[in-house]
Amino acid sequence: MSTIEAEQPLLVAEGLTKWYGRQLGCRDASFELYEGEVMAVVGESGSGKTTLLQLLSAQVEPSAGRILYRLRDGATADLWTMSEPMRRFLFRTDWGYVHQDPQLGLRMGVSAGGNVGERLMAVGSRNYGNIRSAAADWLSRVEIPPDRIDDTPRTYSGGMRQRLQIARNLVTAPRLIFMDEPTGGLDVSVQARLLDLLRRIVSEMRIAAIVVTHDLAVARLLSNRIMVMKAGRVIESGLTDQVLDDPHEPYTQLLVSSILPA
Amino acid sequence: MVALQLSSVTKTFIMHLQGGVCLPVLHGVSFSVEPGQCVALTGPSGAGKSSILKLIYGNYRCDQGQILVRQGDDVVDMASALPRRILSVRQRSLGYVTQFLRAVPRVSALDTVAEPLVMKAVPREAATERAAAMLRRFNVPERLWSLPPATFSGGEQQRINLARGLLPEHPILLLDEPTASLDANNRAAVIDIIRERKQQGAAIVAIVHDDDVRAAIADINVDVTYFASAA
Repeated sequence: MSTIEAEQPLLVAEGLTKWYGRQLGCRDASFELYEGEVMAVVGESGSGKTTLLQLLSAQVEPSAGRILYRLRDGATADLWTMSEPMRRFLFRTDWGYVHQDPQLGLRMGVSAGGNVGERLMAVGSRNYGNIRSAAADWLSRVEIPPDRIDDTPRTYSGGMRQRLQIARNLVTAPRLIFMDEPTGGLDVSVQARLLDLLRRIVSEMRIAAIVVTHDLAVARLLSNRIMVMKAGRVIESGLTDQVLDDPHEPYTQLLVSSILPA
Repeated sequence: MVALQLSSVTKTFIMHLQGGVCLPVLHGVSFSVEPGQCVALTGPSGAGKSSILKLIYGNYRCDQGQILVRQGDDVVDMASALPRRILSVRQRSLGYVTQFLRAVPRVSALDTVAEPLVMKAVPREAATERAAAMLRRFNVPERLWSLPPATFSGGEQQRINLARGLLPEHPILLLDEPTASLDANNRAAVIDIIRERKQQGAAIVAIVHDDDVRAAIADINVDVTYFASAA
């Protein structure tokens, strides 16, 4: 399988930097992400994790640096030289973005089926029957009972809302998914179930993912690569088990030593 | 042709939280393993035997030296390879049976054993079948297969771990105390499979405290204290 070695990266970040006025958000982040790779970004609050995620998903324009993305036709495009509609199209179809707060990623007044179907309509699906059956299929894949398809997410529990948000993102078979603390704010048992679901889906669909989390257990379970951020900079990166079992930087050692042993 | 070669591998831990204490663990580790050969690492606890296995697997980062692993017609230096290259070596060429099972919670024993095959793109059904055959060989009672191994006894967990590590038939195998908590019957089963793998041409690095087991599988002993004392 020498194709693995020859493969081009899906996403390349080069020297990504963001200043908010004189306040540094993120400085000089560079890395390559390949298809099927799951990368965790860890660090404490204010370390620049979310800024980095917003930069990578083209929601915030970088002060310096660039992001290259390989499109489905194999061509590589610079996210900030492509047109705004093109960027938005990418965001609606080829990418997914899972917010920590499902209310930000869902339309709370629209039925669950409608929430999932809307993404399909954005890629051109028009047949009501097909859209509804695709939505029903995805709801079952994220373990939402079929009889709840016409209810709005307002009537859903937190865990169900998060699973609905995931279904809405995955229905268009994206190649890259961004997740911002996907299990934050959920009960431990609900968290565990959601993690199992994410782990299964990501490996089955071979989706590339960038997961921001402050929870090293989540990083260990979901990711094969990890970046540790502190004060806006990436201070350490590598294979997840390598960085967590043999941390080099003082801050990473502190993070790892702060986990309570199971 | 050598399957695995370590040259002048050095590892030091720097404990920043303990005032930057330097712990030199290994210095100038050099040895090689041919296909079909089993090298046993010997030396007292704390000499750095497990650290050598972790360095080979890429779990610990190597400070100096080379760790060359043969992958098909290629040679990969685990000390400098990119993460995705290391993952591909682990998936296809390098198996590692750790001292203790570190299974994903809530995943059944059967799926835990089958997973490395599924990662190698073996269809799930075939992988599950081969996993079941392996569990039978290790005398793991069938009623346990659907349960997550977290609640299993030490010996049961170790057999799950061995089944998982030995199933994919990697050309290079790292074994950390594979028989430590097994009864005589199961110990014999493990020796059997390890010998079988050697005959198939697997290169093996093993840590084995039990003298009888070591005598049964090892061709060469490498005394790790030599590398530790030089640090």
